[in-house]
Amino acid sequence: MLKLEGATIRNGPFEVRADLAIEPGRRVAVIGPSGAGKTTLIEGIAGFLPVTQGRILWRDQDITHAPPGKRPVAMLFQDGNLFAHLSIAQNVGLGLRPDMRLNAEQKERVAGALARVGLTGKEARKPAELSGGQQSRAALARVLVQARPLLLLDEPFAALGPALKHAMLDLVTELSEETGATLLMVSHDPADARRITDRIILVDEGIAHPPRETGPLLDDPPEALRAYLG
Amino acid sequence: MRHLAFAAGFLLATSAGAQTPELTVYTYDSFVSEFGPGPKIEQAFEAQCDCDLKFVGAGDGAALLARLKLEGARTKADVVLGLDTSLIGTARDSGLFAPSNVSADYALPVAWDDPVFVPYDWGLFAFVHEVGLDAPASFRELAESDLKIVIQDPRSSTPGLGLLLWVKAAYGDEAPEIWSGLADNIVTVTKGWSESYGLFLNGEADMVLSYTTSPAYHRIAEGDDSKTAAIFEEGHYAQIEVAAKLAGSDQPELATQFLEFIGSDAFQSAVMTGNWMYPAIMPEGGLPDGFDTPLAAEQVLLLPSDQAAEVRDAALDEWLTALSR
Amino acid sequence: MAHRAVPLARWPGSGAATLVGALILGALAAVALRAEPGQGLGAADWAAVRFTVLQAVLSALISVALAVPVARALARRRFAGRRALIALLGAPFILPVIVAVLGLLTVFGRAGWISTALGWLGLPPVQIYGLHGVVLAHVFFNLPLAARLILQGWQEIPAERFRLAAQLGAGPRDIWRLLERPMLVRVVPGAAAVIFAICLSSFAVALTLGGGPRATTIELAIYQAFRFDFDLGRAALLSCVQIALTVAAALVALRLGRGDGFGGGLERPVQRWDANTRGHRVLDGSLIALAATFLMLPLAAIVTSGAPGLAKLPPSVWQAALNSVLVALASTAALLGLAVPMAATIAAGRGGAVELAGLLGLAVSPLVIGTGLFVILNPLTDVFALALPITALVNAVMALPFAMRILVPRARQVVAQNGRLALSLDMRSTFFLLRVLLPRMRAQIGFAAGLAAALSMGDLGVIALFADPERATLPLQVYRLMGAYQMQAAAGAALLLLALSMALFWLLDRGGRGHVEA
Repeated sequence: MLKLEGATIRNGPFEVRADLAIEPGRRVAVIGPSGAGKTTLIEGIAGFLPVTQGRILWRDQDITHAPPGKRPVAMLFQDGNLFAHLSIAQNVGLGLRPDMRLNAEQKERVAGALARVGLTGKEARKPAELSGGQQSRAALARVLVQARPLLLLDEPFAALGPALKHAMLDLVTELSEETGATLLMVSHDPADARRITDRIILVDEGIAHPPRETGPLLDDPPEALRAYLG
Repeated sequence: MRHLAFAAGFLLATSAGAQTPELTVYTYDSFVSEFGPGPKIEQAFEAQCDCDLKFVGAGDGAALLARLKLEGARTKADVVLGLDTSLIGTARDSGLFAPSNVSADYALPVAWDDPVFVPYDWGLFAFVHEVGLDAPASFRELAESDLKIVIQDPRSSTPGLGLLLWVKAAYGDEAPEIWSGLADNIVTVTKGWSESYGLFLNGEADMVLSYTTSPAYHRIAEGDDSKTAAIFEEGHYAQIEVAAKLAGSDQPELATQFLEFIGSDAFQSAVMTGNWMYPAIMPEGGLPDGFDTPLAAEQVLLLPSDQAAEVRDAALDEWLTALSR
Repeated sequence: MAHRAVPLARWPGSGAATLVGALILGALAAVALRAEPGQGLGAADWAAVRFTVLQAVLSALISVALAVPVARALARRRFAGRRALIALLGAPFILPVIVAVLGLLTVFGRAGWISTALGWLGLPPVQIYGLHGVVLAHVFFNLPLAARLILQGWQEIPAERFRLAAQLGAGPRDIWRLLERPMLVRVVPGAAAVIFAICLSSFAVALTLGGGPRATTIELAIYQAFRFDFDLGRAALLSCVQIALTVAAALVALRLGRGDGFGGGLERPVQRWDANTRGHRVLDGSLIALAATFLMLPLAAIVTSGAPGLAKLPPSVWQAALNSVLVALASTAALLGLAVPMAATIAAGRGGAVELAGLLGLAVSPLVIGTGLFVILNPLTDVFALALPITALVNAVMALPFAMRILVPRARQVVAQNGRLALSLDMRSTFFLLRVLLPRMRAQIGFAAGLAAALSMGDLGVIALFADPERATLPLQVYRLMGAYQMQAAAGAALLLLALSMALFWLLDRGGRGHVEA
């Protein structure tokens, strides 16, 4: 269970307030108008932005002030998910050991994860030598080996074509099902939300509302969401 | 460990060397270079003293004194060699030097009787030019001519200071007028002698402030007769270079022995064709071929060393005012 | 800290900065404390301050103003010999002053090549001596440095941005507005501040080309205070004025140079689609040719005058050359040990004090640092024996400001690109430094190392105070040869110095670049 108890996340002059809880294993879409605070919410949970009031709990443990790497979180950013000077295998290996000293078993897990996302044979390539979709797969393979219970996506697939994006989202769904991870993804597309999530957090004017079921919410959107969906 | 062993070996080597007495002489850089008189003098003195003579080059004359003042009583120097007449006043006031009472039959343009400072060579400042140039015979003629000269800054250079005192000694209160007249002849003012001489050899100026003995270098060392020094009728300012014993020397007798050695033919000959200056004591063979006979004493200007420092400050102001316009 | 922005520890950089600050300010304090009561600053000193600032401001502004179009032309064009040209750009900067001045005068002097050519046409010779001569010489020294620093700014704009711009149909003007001008706003103030600081401590150049005591600089006043007056208090006071001016310039530069970088890219080789018209090619081509001629002619003069002397080099020159190379390598190692952690700390944010410490090396006259260290060390140890290590260390500190200008922007960029990802992976500070930051800064580290090595080769600041004959460096030996009438051997030694410096610079700079296009 991820809980935000009266939490205020500060991003420069801008603030997002959240008082909500997400049950384990849920897949949640974060939806709302541009500039409403979706990314701020995600980055607050990931630990990149300070929480000025309230607290964040994971399994009843206070992680409000934990550094990003010490949180139960794996995150995919809008861009920059791979180190450009490291090979794909090294990039994935970082998810296991941030000092790259992998043992044989860990190397096998890296190979397994790369196989799982369909990148076998590309281990030695540098990110620039891969297509956009392959880069996303590599980043997902890293998230897979990280095996964190909370997966945050800040629109990492926005640059991909629709078919590729769907394939990636399906892959994310499969992976989170396999690992039982809780998924939190920023989305602009209600169809994406319907496709893979079961809950939606609506963020509007600096308030993150508690999650509601995806289908009913989209079928009968409240005023703020209706304005956004058009 | 290897480093330690290395360091230990090094220390042992030094202490073993220290069994013969060591005489440390601070001097200016050009004296110790392979082209200077240093190496020959070292060889000759060591042959007779049963000691290790160590020359330490420390910039030029003015830097030498500053260095000794900085080191104070802790200095390793036993002897300093390379102060000149314009520095003797300040050097005496520093109290760093001890009398040695060395004296000789000096071939200097002035009478010399000083228990502390022992002269070893001397020269006359002069403007050097190419043979064939219609050279001026006085500062006034130079000022009226279109000739271009390059000089050294009296604030950073010993010859530069020499020129300042030269004009002051020759013209007294009229010095500012002379400097104003020279202003349009001066191509530029450099930090030191080397820069000026380099510019002159590059053709940037018709004449350069140097010494009457500079042409001798070109004649003797390079077989080049093309340089000569302009002789001015108001006379030429002298620079007498001296050595002295440090009051804190731990080898006072050896230091005195070295100061006496200055009078030897070996030392004086080395200085003539190494330093390109006139000998303080004429060696047996006289001046080498290629040296011009020094000017007669009445053509030589020199302010007493205790006045030089005072005159300097006033003359410097005049110089700055005249040339900054 | 839940929101620490980067996975980098700040203490190594802060520690290095403290060391640098302590070294410089300690030396200054040692001089001040050793002072006997002397005279304060007089009217002549303030006149010197005014002239110093005037020539330094002009030199800095003109150097960067000319460097911008040259760097832009170099950034836009690919041609045979481009790399060699860029490497040669380092040359004027590393020459000992006296050698460079004689080279410049061989070209621009009263009897120089240009005046001779004008003479054939019946025109009067070039009037080189005066404020414009000082500025010309400083531009000769610093234009190449400015061009390199600014060129690097261009190279740090990711290829993706140029592709985006090309895709948008942006012409040269749009690219200027979108990409180049914002980059220059960040890069130019720092480059100008560094050049201003170098020119502040100019002395022999200003005096020789300034044509007389009008061109008195603070550094000359310091020199005079030391040597003729032995007035250490005045020297320390004048040094404080230099520091204050440098710090002021640094603060202005830091303020002006603020701004966001261009974010990340995947480090594709940069390709340019703009400025491909004939007119632009001709413009860039002529700019490059002009700059190259301006810089190469004096170098050519040094080569022609030095070549005959090479055969006459005395053995002491070879010993000095060896000393110089060793000092340069030690100095480079020390520099990297200081500069890399400092750059990392600045990139990690809140590094203002570290930036200032980095600039101090330029602010204090080498004479003051040297004397201060002498005062401190003399009671403790044999200063002569330490001449070469001290020289290496002080040279490293003097090269620090340049290294920082080279390293900091790239460090910032890497941190911006990879910082959050590294944090989310719980990467340790040392690992990030060694496996992410350093590998991605290879090119910049190589350039900084090359510059430091070359600078150290050419430096005459501190060694002159400490060196005895066996421990002379090559520049000192050049001066000594000149002082002994050995002008030809000196010219030969200067050429050797030029060649060795260039070789070291080239090796290190190239070693860093690897496959990355510079």
